[in-house]
Amino acid sequence: MELFSDLAGELGNILATLAAAVPFILGYVLLILLLLVVWKAVKRGLTPRRDFGSLKTVTFGDESAVNSNFAASVISVVLIFVLWGAFTGSKLLPGFMHAPGAYTGESSFTYTAMAEDGSTDDATVSVIIHAVGEDVDAPEMPLGDGFAKDDTMVVAAYRSELMRWDDNDEITRDDGAMITAVNGTPIEAGSPVAVDFGEVSLTGRGTLNVTPATGWQMEPIWLPPPEDVWSRLMEISTEGFRNSTLGEHLGYSLFRVIVGFVIGAMVGIPLGYAMGLSDWFRGWFDPIVEFMRPVPPLALIPLVIIWAGIGEEGKIILLFLAALWIMAIGARSGVSGVRISKVHAAYSLGASKWQIMRHVIIPNSLPEIFTAARVAMGVCWGTVVAAELVAAEKGAGMMIMTASKFQNTDIVIMGIILIGVIGFGIDMLMRQAEKWLVPWKGKG
Amino acid sequence: MSGLHIENISMRFDLPNGSSVQALKDVSLELKQGELMSVLGPSGCGKTTLLNILAGFLAPTEGQTRMNGHVVTGPDAERGMVFQQGALFEWMSVRENVSFGPRMAGQKPSQYMDNVDHLLDVVGLQEFKEKAIYELSGGMQQRVALARCLANDPDVILMDEPLGALDALTREKMQGLVLKLWKETGKTIILITHSVEEALLLGERLIVMAPRPGRIHKEYRLPFADLGVGADLREVKKHPEFGERREEILSMIWDMEEEIMGRQEAS
Ligand SMILES: Nc1ncnc2c1ncn2[C@@H]1O[C@H](COP(=O)(O)OP(=O)(O)O)[C@@H](O)[C@H]1O
Ligand SMILES: [Mg+2]
Repeated sequence: MELFSDLAGELGNILATLAAAVPFILGYVLLILLLLVVWKAVKRGLTPRRDFGSLKTVTFGDESAVNSNFAASVISVVLIFVLWGAFTGSKLLPGFMHAPGAYTGESSFTYTAMAEDGSTDDATVSVIIHAVGEDVDAPEMPLGDGFAKDDTMVVAAYRSELMRWDDNDEITRDDGAMITAVNGTPIEAGSPVAVDFGEVSLTGRGTLNVTPATGWQMEPIWLPPPEDVWSRLMEISTEGFRNSTLGEHLGYSLFRVIVGFVIGAMVGIPLGYAMGLSDWFRGWFDPIVEFMRPVPPLALIPLVIIWAGIGEEGKIILLFLAALWIMAIGARSGVSGVRISKVHAAYSLGASKWQIMRHVIIPNSLPEIFTAARVAMGVCWGTVVAAELVAAEKGAGMMIMTASKFQNTDIVIMGIILIGVIGFGIDMLMRQAEKWLVPWKGKG
Repeated sequence: MSGLHIENISMRFDLPNGSSVQALKDVSLELKQGELMSVLGPSGCGKTTLLNILAGFLAPTEGQTRMNGHVVTGPDAERGMVFQQGALFEWMSVRENVSFGPRMAGQKPSQYMDNVDHLLDVVGLQEFKEKAIYELSGGMQQRVALARCLANDPDVILMDEPLGALDALTREKMQGLVLKLWKETGKTIILITHSVEEALLLGERLIVMAPRPGRIHKEYRLPFADLGVGADLREVKKHPEFGERREEILSMIWDMEEEIMGRQEAS
């Protein structure tokens, strides 16, 4: 029951986050629709001919009726980079396209201190707000008059700083002094006062907390601008990362995937054929295959590490297992999915069992095997990255995991993009191979 | 003893739930070499089962088939089969499909090429011989299936609704082609069809089967196949006897269908 209420609480949090995201999602959808209207208007301007293709969508759900709009794809991808740049203050974008950034520069505010006897005095606090990573010293400033002396403080953008205003005052908090107003506005603990550069709040202990405005941009440690990621890519591809070049990291990951997949296919395809052709083999391996298939390969990582360590062997065993069941099931259904009339036709044309195996069953199973191979390659690529996240000395996953430990967000993002590009590339290659090798797929 | 002798064939399927279906009961037929017979009947009356037994894909529970004197015990190149669709090999070109039989028999290209080319001419697919199967229309695919069967030079050709999936015009052309091939090659042909007109056009003999259990209900000897060879099939259909037979058989099948429906409602 405690579990239930805990989960209900979690669900509440998730729903609240979702609700907070709704305006942004709606804004994005509106932007999509707006650009659609713009694009239609432009297109109508260019080609005044009526387009009967739009009538095709009356057959809802017919996949061939809706083709991907290339312009929409281009705009969508460009927009991702524009948004990325705008919210990270990228130098690739002109300044007016940037979202409001964090406040940097010099500013000041005044506070009004009241001594125990009721007398008050104003003092000015000069605030220097600098970009993260810069080192700025507070300059010496005159202290001014009255019992409350002027202060100087240095704050990094996106941070907030506690201000012990009475450090240099003649009457301090210990003497009963307290702050009653900031910039002339009365202040109390819990109700901050807005100032030029952000806000100032009063803490429970009477000190001031100075928080510069963060604006709408992301702090580089959360999301660096695209050009930083790019220059990181350039840097790492020439200088390497953790004693290995970028090529070595990616090459190791790919090597593991390919070796694991090939061994998995070499064992899985014959296994699937045996299962598709013999009831004994089918009965023997069905429980094993059907049990192992739903076990996510990632769940095997701990066991594989215990058994084979974190070297190449363990990773290849893992990828072998990831590919094995998928390939076996693909080959099995490729064999048992042959239309009986094809086998009958071959028999009555005088073919022997072996000839039917060689000329009918095997070619007929190739499309299914290719589908399985595509799935298996995708799973293997995901699995290798995850395994490298856990433990590896080289590899794409190790690279981003190590970078994340040192908060090198630019390397993490670069790595994620490279992993995505390679995964996409693998799928594209498999599709091309499929077109070349089994052109009859799906046309039987 | 040349020809096909079907002797008291019965076929019972035992279903997994313990019951059984009597698909055929005591079917006997004799076909002489070169006879063209069409088979009609409501669906489920055992036509496909009968053809599968003749082809050797199924062993009957009782009775036997003898072909030129020997008992049929399995599929063999002497009995070719043309299916409704989907029995071509998509991974082979048109020519590779047509030459499949000779290739499996171990013949060299020099031995079968001339015949294959000739057959491709006969079915009008000479220009398409290097094309892939999925690039052809349904009618062309069925012509490939016919040519593939003929290239193997069987004595008997068994056809299970070979033209069922084609449009009316293509179907009519194919009917003409079947008649032409029958006359030119002298093959024994058994053709299952759903269309009464097709059965009348493509049968020297026509048998109508009745369901539950599947059996031969009535047999006709018809002149239309001979009339139709090389002639306009639409003219043949205008023959007075053609219309008469069509109406007679249609109402016969109609009655059977009604009876099946009635029995289903009663149960
Ligand atoms: N392999 C099988 N197992 C069980 N019943 C079958 C099988 N093949 C056919 N039948 C049954 O036998 C009967 C005749 O089928 P079939 O020969 O396909 O009829 P038709 O071709 O005339 O439509 C049907 O009732 C069908 O359900
Ligand atoms: Mg049938």
